[in-house]
Amino acid sequence: MVLKVFFPSCCSSADSGILIGRWISEQNAAVILAVVHFPFIPVQVKQYLGEVQRVTKVTVSVLGSWSNSKQEKEESLSEFLEDLGTIFCHDPWIQISKEGDSKFWSCSTLQKHSKNPQEEEIILVYYDQRKVMLSHLHPTLDTAGQGAEDASKLSAIFDTVARSQVLFMTDRYDEGPIKLTHWQSDGVEASIIVELMKQASVPACMLLTFLLSLVSGICRSRVLKFWPLSFLWSKLSTCEQLGHRLQHLHIISSNKKAQNQTQLMRKANIFVSLLIDVALGILLMSWLYRKNRIGHLADTLIPVADHVAEELQDLLQWLMGAPAGLKMNRALDQVLGRFFLYHIHLWISYIHLLSPFIEMILWYVGLSACLGLTVALCILSDIIALLTFHIYCFYVYGARLYCLKIYGLSSLWRLFRGKKWNVLRQRVDSCSYDLDQLFIGTLLFTILLFLLPTTALYYLVFTLLRLLVVIVQGLIHLLVDLIDSLPLYSLILRLCRSYRLAAGVKFRVLEQQDGKPLRLLMQINPLSYGGVVQMYRLPTYSCYPKDSWASLCKKLFLGELIYPWKHKGEKQN
Amino acid sequence: MAEERRFRSASGAPIALRRRQHSASCRELAVRGPRLQLRSLSAATSAVWLAAYGLFALSENSMVLSAAILITLIGLIIYLHFVKIDQESLLVIGSLGIQVTSSYASGKESTTFIEMGRVKDVVINEAIHMQKVIYYLCILLQDPEDPQGVSEVVPLFQSSKPRLDCLIEVYKSCQEILEQRKTAPQSS
Repeated sequence: MVLKVFFPSCCSSADSGILIGRWISEQNAAVILAVVHFPFIPVQVKQYLGEVQRVTKVTVSVLGSWSNSKQEKEESLSEFLEDLGTIFCHDPWIQISKEGDSKFWSCSTLQKHSKNPQEEEIILVYYDQRKVMLSHLHPTLDTAGQGAEDASKLSAIFDTVARSQVLFMTDRYDEGPIKLTHWQSDGVEASIIVELMKQASVPACMLLTFLLSLVSGICRSRVLKFWPLSFLWSKLSTCEQLGHRLQHLHIISSNKKAQNQTQLMRKANIFVSLLIDVALGILLMSWLYRKNRIGHLADTLIPVADHVAEELQDLLQWLMGAPAGLKMNRALDQVLGRFFLYHIHLWISYIHLLSPFIEMILWYVGLSACLGLTVALCILSDIIALLTFHIYCFYVYGARLYCLKIYGLSSLWRLFRGKKWNVLRQRVDSCSYDLDQLFIGTLLFTILLFLLPTTALYYLVFTLLRLLVVIVQGLIHLLVDLIDSLPLYSLILRLCRSYRLAAGVKFRVLEQQDGKPLRLLMQINPLSYGGVVQMYRLPTYSCYPKDSWASLCKKLFLGELIYPWKHKGEKQN
Repeated sequence: MAEERRFRSASGAPIALRRRQHSASCRELAVRGPRLQLRSLSAATSAVWLAAYGLFALSENSMVLSAAILITLIGLIIYLHFVKIDQESLLVIGSLGIQVTSSYASGKESTTFIEMGRVKDVVINEAIHMQKVIYYLCILLQDPEDPQGVSEVVPLFQSSKPRLDCLIEVYKSCQEILEQRKTAPQSS
């Protein structure tokens, strides 16, 4: 059976001593965590290991001996090291020795209770202790401390090193009976900035929680719940986005520490995403307000609305004539055309009424871009929705008219064939009609049928216009969603510290020498960028069109109103 | 100790198989495909630039030329970094696992390591690819719930597609190491 020894590369130049670590018997593998140097008292070493075991819940024990002789091999030392095997009884007792500066070490085991005394092959795997300790293996197994047998071999090794952090807290400058060598033995590393931020984060969180509770209190007050206002809030996407961001702020400012890696990454992602959003929003705001661009924007808004209304009027005049060479029913055409033209006239009058106030409103609304780029984009989408409100109204009128006509036609068609829709049984039944019912039914059917092209044309034109507006709004919302859900902190971590997000490991075979154990270098294989985005995506509030293309076409054909972009909180109709 | 032999791929291109034995339980098998030929590179570049000159002669817009240069450069970089695989290698370490590496022409290496506990077997399978029937080597992964079942099939040497004779060599080498884990007694 092959024995695998995982040796930290930082201990390659350590002085002679004994090896401590964890022995994983199911895999016949020894994970070496540190080297204890001479002189030491065995009792104190056992005591120290017992303490470490209690704190970290990792079975740390003495695994073997390490001898690094700068000159020739010393015979007495090797005997001494073998004798140590009897004091710290561990089966098998691993002996690694390095001569001078040679890369090729000799490694042997002493088996006391060996069933088959043949020479087993030893594989020496070097690993970077700091990187393995800090890295996190994906896919994450969220089982806390249970099922080490079920866990894969590699996660057991990563787990061992990660949980032994307290072992790495003592460095060689500490006064103590035990002298260790590990990755931090040259002095415990810490960053001043990180410590300062940790200290500052507690009062900052408390302040943020207080402010958030104030804001939430205002939002929940009864004043804002009255019917017209609550309807308005539910329709404006800006309010949804603000609510979403408020929720994010709640998550960041909570006092509870993150339990596991996923929660920590989520908090960090939300924080960085908010920061970038606000920074981009302030950049946008400074660009808008410099050289009074927002004034120019407000000045061009009314002419644009006028232009759109004029184009619509031209379109209606075209429909009232002979559109695309089709012959319309003159009377119905005139009625519908004049009805819609009157609406446009009303709309233009309202816009002109508002025109002196537009600049001021826009100036103040533009200030809210400092809350984030996503909020600014949502405001843009809402302004587009408000400016094209008449198109929405026309679409609804056209659709309802068309829908009524289609239902009437289908019902009278059934009458033509002598059938009826049974509401109770939800099926078509045969029915005998009276003569006068048949006569009126046929008359109405003919009228509706010959008026169908006119209504259908109006419906088609307004539906296309409405779909255009919906597509533009949809694109803006797609962009907002992208900014909301992108895990920027994870992506930056993958770029700069790729060993933190590990998809697995990779082995590289180092130079070999006959007679010496196989030397491998274990490196961390980082997660791909696609994997990072998939794993750490932030959830958003909007869901994409759930209607398939077939049902959408069916709805369009029947004249039912379509709402392609539904938000998660809205009720389904 | 390393040895190299020449074989042919499924489409007739010459490939080379290199076997190295690092230790009794560790073997590395690398299949190297043909390198990027200067001929095909110049042919592709000339074709794109001729087309660009033709468009420039028609439209008198010099942006077409700079666009063509940019497209050629970006296309070449994308091809070398994401498409052209130079060498595919298999590192079998008994009792640790199997590592599959693909090295691209730009030097990028993409590696996957499969632990020995998840490997059920390494087999040669047949597949219908376009109008041909080809053989390919694959690793069968164990289903954790069902000891007899196979949860996933990982095909190897997908871009170089060696023929059966090369695959048999690789298969024999892998099986020698995989058998060791059956004969070695499991530690209690």
